[in-house]
Formats: sequence, structure tokens, C-alpha cells
Amino acid sequence: MNEKTSEKQEEKTPKKEAAAGPRFLVSSSPHLHDGQSIAGIMKLVIVALLPASLFSIYIFGLHALRVIVIAVASALIFEALSQRIMRRPVRIKDYSAALTGLLLALNLPATSPWWLIIVGSFFAIVVAKQIYGGLGYNPFNPALVGRVVLLISFPVQMTARWVSPSRWGMDAVTTATPLGRISECLLSQGRIDLNLTQQEWFDLLLGNRAGCLGEVSVVLLLAGGIFLIAKRVISWHTPVVFIGTVWILTGVFHLVDPSRYADPSFHVVTGGLFIGAFFMATDYVTSPITGKGMLIFGAGCGLITVVIRLFGAYPEGVSFAILLMNAVTPLIDRYVKPKVFGAEKRKAAA
Amino acid sequence: MARKGFFGGVHPIYNKELASDLAIEVMPLPEKLVVHFTQNLGAPPEPVVEKGSEVKKGQLIAKATGFVSAPVHAPTSGVIKSIDLYPHPVGTDMPAAVIIPDGKDEWLEGCDMERDTGDLEPEAIKQMIHEGGLVGMGGASFPTHVKLSPPEDKPIDLLVLNGAECEPYLTADHRLMLEHAEGILEGADLFARVLGVQRVIVAIEKNKPDAIEAMRGAVRERKGFSVEPLDVVYPQGAEKQLIFTLSRRRVPAGGLPMDVGVLVQNIGTAFAAYEAVRFARPLLQRIVTVTGSAIGQPKNVLARVGATFEDIVRFCGGIKGDTGKVISGGPMMGVAQYSLDTSVTKGTSGIVLLARDEIPQFVNDACIRCGRCVTVCPMGLNPSALSIFIERMQFDDAGEYNVNDCIECGCCAYVCPSKRPLVQHFRRAKAELRNKQRKAG
Repeated sequence: MNEKTSEKQEEKTPKKEAAAGPRFLVSSSPHLHDGQSIAGIMKLVIVALLPASLFSIYIFGLHALRVIVIAVASALIFEALSQRIMRRPVRIKDYSAALTGLLLALNLPATSPWWLIIVGSFFAIVVAKQIYGGLGYNPFNPALVGRVVLLISFPVQMTARWVSPSRWGMDAVTTATPLGRISECLLSQGRIDLNLTQQEWFDLLLGNRAGCLGEVSVVLLLAGGIFLIAKRVISWHTPVVFIGTVWILTGVFHLVDPSRYADPSFHVVTGGLFIGAFFMATDYVTSPITGKGMLIFGAGCGLITVVIRLFGAYPEGVSFAILLMNAVTPLIDRYVKPKVFGAEKRKAAA
Repeated sequence: MARKGFFGGVHPIYNKELASDLAIEVMPLPEKLVVHFTQNLGAPPEPVVEKGSEVKKGQLIAKATGFVSAPVHAPTSGVIKSIDLYPHPVGTDMPAAVIIPDGKDEWLEGCDMERDTGDLEPEAIKQMIHEGGLVGMGGASFPTHVKLSPPEDKPIDLLVLNGAECEPYLTADHRLMLEHAEGILEGADLFARVLGVQRVIVAIEKNKPDAIEAMRGAVRERKGFSVEPLDVVYPQGAEKQLIFTLSRRRVPAGGLPMDVGVLVQNIGTAFAAYEAVRFARPLLQRIVTVTGSAIGQPKNVLARVGATFEDIVRFCGGIKGDTGKVISGGPMMGVAQYSLDTSVTKGTSGIVLLARDEIPQFVNDACIRCGRCVTVCPMGLNPSALSIFIERMQFDDAGEYNVNDCIECGCCAYVCPSKRPLVQHFRRAKAELRNKQRKAG
């Protein structure tokens, strides 16, 4: 009898302990994570853009800094405000709005008035991103939507007031971008006059020329792009094919008629091609998810860019090209799927 | 030469050094064993004992029901104190027998005697393996004799002994290869005889050079056997990926390894076959790696089936600090336990205890379509698109995007920067599709 009671007590004690014991977390596997986060990825992209951003300040002076500060600050404010109004968690700490603001700034001329920047920022964050549901749901690249809205609505402020690099003063001579120059030349004289000296090529590469803040230094943008590829934030597919397509297509036209069509290398290093190819066309949300899809996407961007540059009303076509391909992205993803392991045999068997 | 070869995969921090140098320790008999009847994939075995029955070590306590089922035996001698529902490592309560050991650990007559295996017929070997209650010990617990019975139109020409042990933290297979190389190969030889296979490959990830060495030494005498070091990439030990790496054969989607003439067995299962056939010892114990930052003393424990996690954790110095998760199995595919009342089954390869601050909390943010999941999925799926379908309850679309080919390895969720519970989504979609099919059929 005595033994039985003690046994019963023994049986009860562990159960009590279990009830009062430690509480464990229960969730589906896997129970490990590599630690990467949205904020981490966005920060890496911002770091990759830093050299080009700092260089724009060096080239265009404090006006460049002014554009960057207004764009980033307004993007953050619009993001927080719209998330608050739409009753979503405020997530400005994920750096995605900061990155959009920075990309927008790098796509604006240094002479942009403050209100222009804020309008661009509004369209980028509120219209292109938050109204669609926020990060992950926007079909079009927000920064590019902001830029293109400004380009169409305020062409004077966006394209007619370029300044050539002048360090810290803003009273520099008004000039045209390299692409704008050959485009005007073609219109007025029926031919282009492009005999660049070595020094001029060098300036184009380094960024000593007129243009938006972030598009001028091809070398630094390339360095940032390579950094992102090395860090596996982006893959090589889109930028390489995008730039390659532009080079090949403009090369073909140049071979056919060099008096009307500029050197392909000139086309590659001018305009927004590098910032577009490495930093805008690779935007996760708005570009295809598979490598093969990215190849199609990159080629499409390149083709449209060339068509607009050579035959369109605008001297530059990178922004329009990427936005148009953004629209095709869901279609690409629908038809270009990854290859399922062993699937070819399943088909054969069925 | 090492081989990689399959697409995708990830490189988690393995943390195997916590336990890889620790020799297997025999855990003393605990005060009670909670022996589950369901320890195999397939049909649940049926109990043949009652409350109060006295059992001997090795005595049948639940018999197989049907072909895809494996019997369960008493892991020691003692008395059945109760038969009731108890926490099972899969996460639900299941019927089990509580055995109070009498301390004598006395074998049933006919068990535990050495016999000559040289002239055994293949059918006899298979019978012994079935009667020994063998299931795959790598985690899936599929009855071994079923795998050894391929239909006649699917001849097997390659037997792979899976010692990849690609799950982080786990070192049970590693230790077994170091300490029982001969026994593993004897077991493999039995499998090869049943199947009539001439070629046997022991596959081991390169992060276990001592195990590769040990197995190489042991295979030297055996014709047709070889050891293949594998690149260290998770999930190298997943059946389809392993077969592709070793033979370039692709198991068809929805198919089985035998469709390409291969059979894969975990090295622990091979050792269990050696014990069952050579010594007439049914599967009553296994090596469990008890490890992680939240265990007092990591160990590779030789534990009886039915030993509770609580007793095992106590044997390993108890819980240390703020334990967030107790995982049965490895941290990539294992099951988080809600209590330590769970007990060891034939498929319990490890108990991993992680501190609370190590554990990623899944938040289900929106997918930003970064594509990291696509680049790591070893099955070539698009986890991003799948998870978006499933969130919208579009299970048929998920099916069309091949969710049923998911092997639940967890690579996608491991790299997801939005920390989406992808594997959970896919399990759900599979279950929904299964239910639908059942209703339709």
C-alpha cells in the first residue's frame, strides 16, 4: 500500500513540474536563419551607392547634397505618414524608403528646386509604392515613377538647366548633357559631330560632365554594382545583358551610319545606363525572379533604351525602358519558371 | 575527389564541433520508458500487450499492420504500467506504452545470440530486418524492409549508404562511423545481398575527415564498396540530391530512388540491420546527439527507444540558461517540442536545445521577391510565388507550381530576408491538396 502511494506521488510530481516548467517556443522548421534582413539588404545597396553619391557632391557641390537631403528626408516622411494613415506598421527603419529617396535624388539634376524634389518623392513613395500596398506590392520602380512624372510634367526644370561641373559654386555655365548634345546636333545639322579627345573620354568615364547627380560617374557606379554582385545582393544577369544589349545595338547602328549614330561606347558610358542597369533594373520587387527571366528583362530594357535614344523624342530612354519592362515582369515570371528537379522525367512518364 | 553538383543549397553554421569529438555514451536505464507504437511512416502498428503485462527485452509489444509498417519491441524488461496518449516527437499526442524497467534488462529467449549470416537467403535476411522493427534512422522512419522490396521491373544497381549528415549540430552518424565502421558495412553487405547489388557507395561530407578515414579503412577489404567524400552543402544528404551528386541520375519528380536504380539507406539503419540479423537484436536503441547552446553537457547518447527527453536532458547536465527551443532532430528539418515529456523514437537523431536569443522569429512580412529562395531551392521551385499563392489560399495554383515536389529542407526560409514561414506554408498546401484529393477520390 505504502509503495503504491509513493509511486503515485512520483507520478504526479513530474507532471506538475512540466506544467510549471520552462515554456519552449514552437514553430515550423527550419529553426535557423542566415540573419539577412530587408534592412540589411537595403543598407548594402545604399553603401554601394555611397561612392557615386559622394562624388556627385564633389562635382556639383553643396547643391547635390541639398538634393540628396531633401529627397531622402521627404521620402522617409511620406513613407511614415502614409503608413500611419493607411494603418500599417510604420517601417521606415527598413531603409527601403531611404533608398528610394537616394535613388530619386541621384536621378535629378543638381539645379532641381526643392518643391520639384518633394513632388517627385511624393509620387515615388505614396503613389507608386504605398497606394499599391507598400514594399513588395509595387509593380513599378518607385524612384523611376517619381523621376518620370517629373520629366513629363516639368521638362524645363528636369532637362534644360544642366550645369557643367563647377565644384562649390552654382553660377556655372548652363550646358547640355552629352546625350542631349548629340541629339540636338542631329536635329539641327542632320549629322552628329562626335570627335572626342582622350581627355573627353576620360571625363565621361570619371563623371566630369553634366547630368543627373548619380549618373555621371560610370566608374563609381560600376564599383558599387560589382560590390552588390560580390555580396550576392543582385545577380549579374540584368546589368550585364542590359548594358551589353545597348552596346551591341548601338554598335550595329554606328557601323551602318556613323554620321548619324554615335559610337556604342559613348552610348554605354553616357546617360543613366549604369545607374539604371545596376541599381534600378535590379530592383527585386519590379523585376523577374529567375536568372533566365532577368536575361529577358535586361535585353528588353536595352532594346527599348536604344530605340528611344536613337529614334525617340527624348535623348535618354533608360527610365522609360525599365518602367515598360516592369510592366512585363509578371508575364515573364509566369512563363519563365525555374526547372523543377526531375520534372522532365515526370513528363515523359505521364 | 569531392562532389557537389546539385543545384542550390545553403551553408548554415554547422556547430558540429560541440559534440563531434565526444565518444558515444551509454545512458543508464531510466526509471520509465514511454515507448510509442507509431514509430514508422505508413500504417501504425497495433499493441499486443496490456496494462500490467510483464515484458522481456526484445519482446514484441506492437505488431506491424500491413506491409508498410514495422513492429515495436520492449527496449528492456519490466512491466507495462499504462497505455495512453503521450507526446510524440512529431508534435501530437499518440498512443504509447509506459514501461517501468525491472532493472534486470533481461533478453527474451531467442534474442541476443550471435548467428552465422554467411549462408542466409535474401528473403530470410529481409524477414529478420522486418521482424527487427527496422525503419530508416535518418529521420523519415520509413520501414526498411519495404525499401528492400523493389518491384521486379525496377532493378537496383547502386546502394548508397548515407553518412552525409548534413543537418547542422548532429553528430550521431559521425560517431557511429568512427566507432562502428565494421558493423555498418556488415549491415550494408546484408542490404546488398538482399538486393543483389554489386556497387555500394558510402557517402560522407568532407567536414568529417576522420569518419571518411575510418570508413575508407574498413571498405578496403570489401569488393564493390567505396567511400565518396561530398562537398559540405546543405541538403547534401537529401535523397534525391545525394543520388544526383553521386551518380548524376535524377530521380523523377514524384518518383522514388528505385526509379533510377538506386537505394539509399542511412548508416544508422545499416548498423541496426547488422545488429538485427547477426545478433538477433531488434531495434531498441539508437544514438541521439544531445547538443546546442542550452544543454549543460553536449553528448552523443546511446539511448533506449522510449527514453524521455527529460531523462536524457538530465543525463546531459540539464538545461542551461534561457532555453528557447527544444528540437527533435536537426535544426533545419527537426520538430520543435513543447515539452520534455516527449520520448525518443527510432527516428530521433538528435535533441537540439537552442537559447532563446538564437531563434529567428518568423514575422510573415511581405515578399520582396528578392529571389534568394529561388537560388537556394534544391528542387528548382519558386518558393516566393508558392507562398504568395498559399497566403491567398490558392492551393490549386500552388499545386500547379509543384508544391508537392518540396522536400521541406528549409533552405528557402533559412535565407528569406522577410523571414516568411515558407516551409509551414508548403506543408499546409500539401495537406490541403491531399485532403482535396481524398475527398475527390
